[in-house]
This record gives sequence, C-alpha cells and structure tokens, in this order.
Amino acid sequence: MSLEAQIKRLLPGWLKEPAPDGDIVFSSRVRLARNINQISFPYHAGEVQLEEVIDQIGAALKSSSQFENFVLQRLDDMDQHDRVVLVEKYLVSLDLLKNPAHRGVVLNQDETVAIMLNEEDHLRIQSILPGLQLKKAWESAEQIDQLLEVKLDFAFDEEKGYLTTCPTNVGTGLRASVLVHLPALKMVGQVKKVLSVLPNVGLNVRGAYGEGTDSAGDLYQISNQVTLGLSEEEVIGKIVSVTKQVIDQERAARDALLANESRLQLENRVNRAYGLLTHSRLISSEETIKLLSDVLMGAVMNLIPKAEGQTVKELFFLIRPAILQKLIGRELSPGERDHYRAAVIREHLATSSK
Amino acid sequence: MWCERCKKRQATVHVTKIVNNHKTESHLCEVCANETGQELGFLFEPNFSFHHLLAGLLENEFGVKSETLTERQALGIEKCPTCGLTFTDFRKIGLMGCADCYHTFAEYLNPLLRRIHGSISHTGKVPHNIGGRIRTRKELEVLRRRLKEAIKREAYEEAAQLRDEIKAKEAELK
Repeated sequence: MSLEAQIKRLLPGWLKEPAPDGDIVFSSRVRLARNINQISFPYHAGEVQLEEVIDQIGAALKSSSQFENFVLQRLDDMDQHDRVVLVEKYLVSLDLLKNPAHRGVVLNQDETVAIMLNEEDHLRIQSILPGLQLKKAWESAEQIDQLLEVKLDFAFDEEKGYLTTCPTNVGTGLRASVLVHLPALKMVGQVKKVLSVLPNVGLNVRGAYGEGTDSAGDLYQISNQVTLGLSEEEVIGKIVSVTKQVIDQERAARDALLANESRLQLENRVNRAYGLLTHSRLISSEETIKLLSDVLMGAVMNLIPKAEGQTVKELFFLIRPAILQKLIGRELSPGERDHYRAAVIREHLATSSK
Repeated sequence: MWCERCKKRQATVHVTKIVNNHKTESHLCEVCANETGQELGFLFEPNFSFHHLLAGLLENEFGVKSETLTERQALGIEKCPTCGLTFTDFRKIGLMGCADCYHTFAEYLNPLLRRIHGSISHTGKVPHNIGGRIRTRKELEVLRRRLKEAIKREAYEEAAQLRDEIKAKEAELK
C-alpha cells in the first residue's frame, strides 16, 4: 500500500470537508452518558456484569437495520498501538484504555459516531463532526440514543434525569464541546482575556495540548460545565452562540494583523514555519505542533501559496506517536520518530492540491 | 544531556508537564522513558482527582458527623440494597455504585448537586419509553422558562409562539 493510501486509512473518518467555520473551529463533539438499570456502574461491577453490558449493546445493534454499518470492537482483541490510535483520532478517551479487559467501542463507518462501552459509564455515545456543527452532532447523538433506548433499559429518574456514575454528569449526561484554533488572539495577547470570560457563563476552557489556559498549538476546547437544570438544546445553543463570538474575536484579530505593518511579520512567520516543515529532516512533536499552528493560520488566510487548510489539519493527527508508528508499520524509537515525522510532514504537504 | 534516571545514556525524551500550575521537566533516555511510560507524552493527564474534590465538598456541605454515620451504618440504612455501596465508600470516591444509589443516598445528594450544578432537577430529554406525561411536563418547564426569557428580551413574536406551544402542551396533559 502506498504511503498516501495508508494515510487515508489512518486519518479520522470524521475529519473531512466541508467544515463550516473550519478556518477557526477544528471540531464539534457531543458525548452522552447512559447507564443500564440493574447493572452496577463499570468501576463497581464484576466481570459478568461488564460482559452483560457488552452483550446487551451487541444485541441492540443487531436489532435495527439502522446499525447495519456499525461495528463493535472489543479492546482486549486489539493491540495497544491500535487502541492508542483510537485515542489519537478522538474516538475514545485515554481512560477507556486503562483497563482494556471487558471494554469496547462501537464505531460507524465514517467514525462520526463512537460509543464507548464500560468507560466511567456503561455507554458514552459520542458524535463528532469537523468545523462548527455542534447542533448536527447533537442530533446525530440523540438519534443513536433514541434507537438504543428502545432495546436498553436506561437508568432515568424523573427528578434527576439520566443517572450517571459521577454526580457531575447526572441530568442530561451531556458534555458538548468545540475545539477552536486561536493563534491570532494569542499573537495580540488577548486570548486569556477572551477565554477568561467563559466560566462566567457556565463554560469550561482548556488547552488541547496540556492543561490550563495556555496551549501549544493554540487549540482550546470549550465545553459545558453543568448537566443538571438546563435542557440539551439550551446547552448546545449556549456553546454555539459563545463560540460564534469567540470566532468573531479571532477573525477581528486576524484582520487587525493583516491591516497593519504587522502583515509582513505575519506573512514572514507563517511562511517560515512552512519552510521549516517542508525542509526539516528531524523534528520533535512539540516543535511540530507550534509550526502547524502557524501554518494552519497561514493556509486558511491564504498567506502561504501552496498550503491547504485541510492538509495541515490532517497533519495534526498524522504526527501523533501511535498513528505515526502505524503509518511506518513498525515500532519506532523516539529518535526515529523525529526522523519519520519530518518525512511524513514533507510528503503530506507536497500532496496539497493547490 | 544524560538521562536523569539511569545517568548512563543520552536523554532523548524530553517531557514538560504542568500539574496544578507546577511545571516539571524530565529528561530521559529511550529505555527509561519506555519503562516509566513517558512515551505517551502529551496524552498524559495531570493526576488531579476530581472525585476526591467531590468527596471534600460532601463533608463540607453537610457537616455530617462520622459518629452519626457509623450509627446509621450499624442500622444498615446507609448501604445501597442493589449494589452494596456504602455511604462511606461514596464519600471516599465520590462515585455512585449503581442507578439505585441515587435513591438510597437521595437525602445527601441534593445539596451536593446544587453545589455542582446550581440545580437539583433535570429539565432535558426524557426517554420515550418513560411515558408521555412526564415528558410533556418537562417540556412545559422548558417552554415556560423560554417564554420568560423571550419577554425579558422583548421578543414578543417569539413569546406569542411559545405561548401557543405552551397552551397546546397543557391541553395534552388534561
């Protein structure tokens, strides 16, 4: 198989165009926590009960033709690299991998839907889409929820809503988030100011790489804090409208950078980053993330003649350790990784159709 | 630079971690990095247990004295009949054992939920198999709240539409 064919296979299926507001919003994601009555929550359940969960989901999937293209994979049937690839594609959490026995994941064909089995809750139904499409992601997760609730006896209380292992998720069981790229706000020193307002309206912010409000790659995740007392539509609506305001701020910062003498500096910075990525022979993942952030901004702002936003976004995934090693087809030492990472970046940037 | 663990080989893996605003750097060779699991690098999450924080909230909020708890445990009141989780367990780990725990520990839970969510009642989606009346009542709550907000915003056209929807739902309940 050619490298490009391999790359296509290892990229997350959901990462595709069109991506509305994709110049700033990387992805939109919805997760619903659901549990089954009469079965202890995963951390408190025995092997028999955990298997019962997997069996019940398996049976539910077979009961509807709507699940025809869904596949249930057991984690204990996969090797560790393949499991980590799922994490790197944003399909499952790292927590699910802590104890692979009696854990599983259900995926649809384009990987926009992923159901984690026996993570903190019996089910975590995830729907993920590129760009700002949170409402669509919610509708897709809800549809899956509706198909499953016909077959599964979900734990629900009239007063408390959907019952979850952790009281912080009880109610809707909904965690909705968007991943936004804010390099221009960072450059003008305003990113903290803009993001620090979000907790006041009940939203969390964290850096996608590393914790806190500082993030390598200038990628930040915005999500809802509470799950009780607000309806799903209210939560989704709030995140979408706040995200739109954040987008406006980032666009204003980009315009300001273009309008002033800083334009030359900006063009210099993003093109230098592109130069490094297209010519390096050894590159660490830390440096790559920083450069990719600059190149992504440059690409979506049409400041780099040959770079294409989608190709750059794909690289954020291809350089991750497990995906990279799958791509090369063998275990790589950290030193070798720096070498192959540089090679994959060069090769992939050369495929930009511009 | 030499590996800080074995001090014998070149350090090739450099990891910076920030845990609770405290920055730590480690420089390891490939062998030691593999042994200590550092290879997953940026996939690591800081070791900050939210559940312990929750348990702390519980203590604070109720001022529940341990003696009273032990007495009640002795009477067998504080154990979930379905899954066997005790209230002491819950206080330690901050997690429920099964769906019925929400019923068993209900009296302790409301203040905690109010602390976390600022609310104690669900106004969102209701499973279809739970029955239409509950769902309609929940939907009514949401509509009424939206009506209030619409009036506050002086969005009267939207308010009129919401009022009609509320009337229709109320009729369903009769």
